[in-house]
Amino acid sequence: MTKIVFFIILTFGVELFLSGHNNPGGGFIGGLVLSSAFVLLYLVYDIETVHRGTPFDFKRVAAFGVFLAVGTGMLSLLFGESFLSQTTWLVDLPVFGETELGTMTIFEAGVALTVLGVVVTIILGISEDVE
Amino acid sequence: MITVLLAIFIPFIAACLVPFIHKFLTGSRIGWFVITIPIFLFVLLIRLVPSLSEGASYLYTLPWIPSADVYFSTHLDGLSIIFALLITGIGSLVVLYSIYYLSEREAIGRFYTYLLLFMGAMLGVVLSDNLIVLYVFWELTSISSFLLIAFWYHRKQSRYGAKKSMLITVTGGIFMLVGFLMLYTITGTFNLQELIAMREVIAADSLFVPAMLLVLIGAFTKSAQFPFHIWLPDAMEAPTPVSAYLHSATMVKAGIYLVARFTPVFAGDTTWFYVVSCVGLLTMLWGSVNAVKQTDLKALLAFSTVSQLGMIMSLLGIGSLAFASSESTHIALFTAATFAALFHLINHSTFKGSLFMVVGILDHELGTRNIQRLGGLATIMPITFTIALIGSFSMAGLPPFNGFLSKELFFEAMLSLKEANLLSVDSLVLLFPIIAWIGSIFTFIYCMIIVFQTFFGKVHAPLPGHRPAHEAPIQMLISPMVLGSLVVLIFIFPNLLGTYILGPAMNAVYPQFVGLPGLVPEIRVWHGFGMPIFMTIGVIIAGILLYGFLRYWKGIYSLGFLQWTLDRSYNALLQRIERLASVVTKTYMTGSVRDYVAYIMLFFITLVSIGLLDFQQFVFDFSNDAEIEINESIIIFVMMCSSVAILFAKSRITAIVLNGVLGYSIAILFVVFRAPDLALTQIIVETVTTVLFLLCFYYLPEWKNEHKSISMRVRNGLIAVASGVAVTVIALLVQGHSLYPSISVYYETASRLAGGLNVVNTILGDFRAFDTMLEVLVLFIAGLGVFSLVKLRRKKGVDHPEEK
Repeated sequence: MTKIVFFIILTFGVELFLSGHNNPGGGFIGGLVLSSAFVLLYLVYDIETVHRGTPFDFKRVAAFGVFLAVGTGMLSLLFGESFLSQTTWLVDLPVFGETELGTMTIFEAGVALTVLGVVVTIILGISEDVE
Repeated sequence: MITVLLAIFIPFIAACLVPFIHKFLTGSRIGWFVITIPIFLFVLLIRLVPSLSEGASYLYTLPWIPSADVYFSTHLDGLSIIFALLITGIGSLVVLYSIYYLSEREAIGRFYTYLLLFMGAMLGVVLSDNLIVLYVFWELTSISSFLLIAFWYHRKQSRYGAKKSMLITVTGGIFMLVGFLMLYTITGTFNLQELIAMREVIAADSLFVPAMLLVLIGAFTKSAQFPFHIWLPDAMEAPTPVSAYLHSATMVKAGIYLVARFTPVFAGDTTWFYVVSCVGLLTMLWGSVNAVKQTDLKALLAFSTVSQLGMIMSLLGIGSLAFASSESTHIALFTAATFAALFHLINHSTFKGSLFMVVGILDHELGTRNIQRLGGLATIMPITFTIALIGSFSMAGLPPFNGFLSKELFFEAMLSLKEANLLSVDSLVLLFPIIAWIGSIFTFIYCMIIVFQTFFGKVHAPLPGHRPAHEAPIQMLISPMVLGSLVVLIFIFPNLLGTYILGPAMNAVYPQFVGLPGLVPEIRVWHGFGMPIFMTIGVIIAGILLYGFLRYWKGIYSLGFLQWTLDRSYNALLQRIERLASVVTKTYMTGSVRDYVAYIMLFFITLVSIGLLDFQQFVFDFSNDAEIEINESIIIFVMMCSSVAILFAKSRITAIVLNGVLGYSIAILFVVFRAPDLALTQIIVETVTTVLFLLCFYYLPEWKNEHKSISMRVRNGLIAVASGVAVTVIALLVQGHSLYPSISVYYETASRLAGGLNVVNTILGDFRAFDTMLEVLVLFIAGLGVFSLVKLRRKKGVDHPEEK
């Protein structure tokens, strides 16, 4: 049951994140929903089990997010634009329909990953300490 | 001019790649990847030398923060190419040397990352034309130097030296920044070329002298000039390739670069001449006198670097007199000093680089750099000995090495000062040649110490764990051999360097004298029996005599005033600052969360009241407000009830749940007001914080009714009420005024400009993306902060790895 809910929340998070350009949603909320999915997993199973399923360090996820967010800004410099200029393309994704994909999506992905990484890191840091 | 931009960014990109490539090129083999970068850049840059010598210069500008006049502009001219070639050329040799110097057990990937970071930053310093960009790179060199000095961070001395160098150079950098800002207020530009063009405007301004002195403090701290030189000897805790690269050949010359660069801006004033030349000469004397008493070879070389940098600095000071002269013969007389400075700058990098590498070899093969434990190595390590001989004799100013040529030019420049008394300069400057001569004698003595006390005399037994003395492997000898042969080659063909490298640099330092006869003098090995050659002979005779009787007069170093070191004042100052800081901090950091909340709220209330008093327009306008619906009043009633109920909650879990009620009610309110984004965010934030709260449950103390004194309760109550009032007043005032342009224009332009219909997100991700990016950064740092606080607390009681 938890697994199903987990994936529903995950999909909802991704959907929120992708729809953010035209509808309510976006990087910050998407990241928060994703992290709440992980928090649910940690509440239901114990930390070791979840670790086996998701063998990555959430500090690195957060760092990668920051890298993406700053990196897209730098990218526009390479094209002679000013820092953090964004550009977009319309892409037809199978499940989510017509979606705006652009450097802003990468930027938002950076935001989402940072939020996810930081929230899970903090919660894990405190909860690991309990034991 | 994309080459210049590449030169700055390639090292940074490579520094990012090193950790990844290190996985494939394990061990010291990663060095072979790293070495390609300085070699490539060196070739790239040296190809521009012919066109630069014909008077070309390359200016390239990219917008960075145009609203603040900050452009990423690079400028390659004769002066910057000298430094750029030194950075990449010596850089290649140092990387080659380090491949064999560092053992496989070291964190080699980290070492090369820092080294490339430094290389890029240093190239940025000498190639940027915008002062703010220059400042950023300037501080970046300090930071990379800090990381490299602390490379062996398990040693206490390394950490001390790293901290010291960073504190001094970064403080100097901030002074320099203030100077830059003053220049900006005078001229309205950060671009160096425009500043040089506006030198008359600058000279007439009342901020002229303060700006000059502040920029000079930056240069002096970086170039280890008296009294800021104290960081350089402690920086010798770094691995020897780093000392050879940063602390003798490149980074410490950034100050020299800055002084040379600003010569056209500031040098018209005699204050510049006095400060630069006096500080330089004093540093030269102080450094050389202190070098003689050192027993550690690296410390000796550190003081000798201090002294040599002082010598170059004093030459630049004399060179500035050219701006005060009117006759062309006089001008040529003083510009010759700057020529000597630039010439010696290159020479110093060659011979000092080779000497550092020699000391590194000795340390590597024998396990010590103490001259009392070294001796008789001339026959055992013949190649090392030859290189050391070339390097030291060049430093002492002996022929047939390049140091002789620049030393002669140095004496000549000092003697030219007797012409300067015509130029309303104090006759005190006639003392300068004497000080220079005494400094040179001490230079001669410590050069002899390097050669004779290390390579002659009794052979010492090897240290435990070390093999008997033997010659270093050929791979380690290549780099010092290249530098050593350059020392000789420059002596033979000095004018090749003079025409192609020094000439364009002179044009950059003296833009208004371009084409003047004698601006680029011919360097002659023999220029007849004149004062300079007699001074050199005097140095040799006095030096040999003093070196011979060294042990009879070395006792004077224990005399009072020579015992006094600036280090002690530095340490005392640091201690006092720390003590003061801890006293101040302890008064308000009580450890109680309640106090901290009180501080935050008090600050907020003060800020709001000051703002309101300043604003003074208390207009409450309710005319546009909609009617309050019944469902809205119910939600608000629930919120009020739950917040009041928290105060009377008997258990913590009740309080948390009530807090949750408050949070979810706000979310519902957002839904009612048709703000789905906010409602969504509020719901999720509320959920996650509730989980966090439950986790923290474990640590929180027992929930009990605390019996606080009445005054305490009144105080807390007042703060609470005042915060509530402040928020309410703001909320009501906002209705009646529109101080700022409305952001609803974004609503119309969002889809056209940012290609999105969700206005909130286009603002977050596009219009105000810079804010979002920084917020993400702050969130990440905060997350790491929480993580490390939790983890470090747990480790308390366990031995800290750094204290070993």
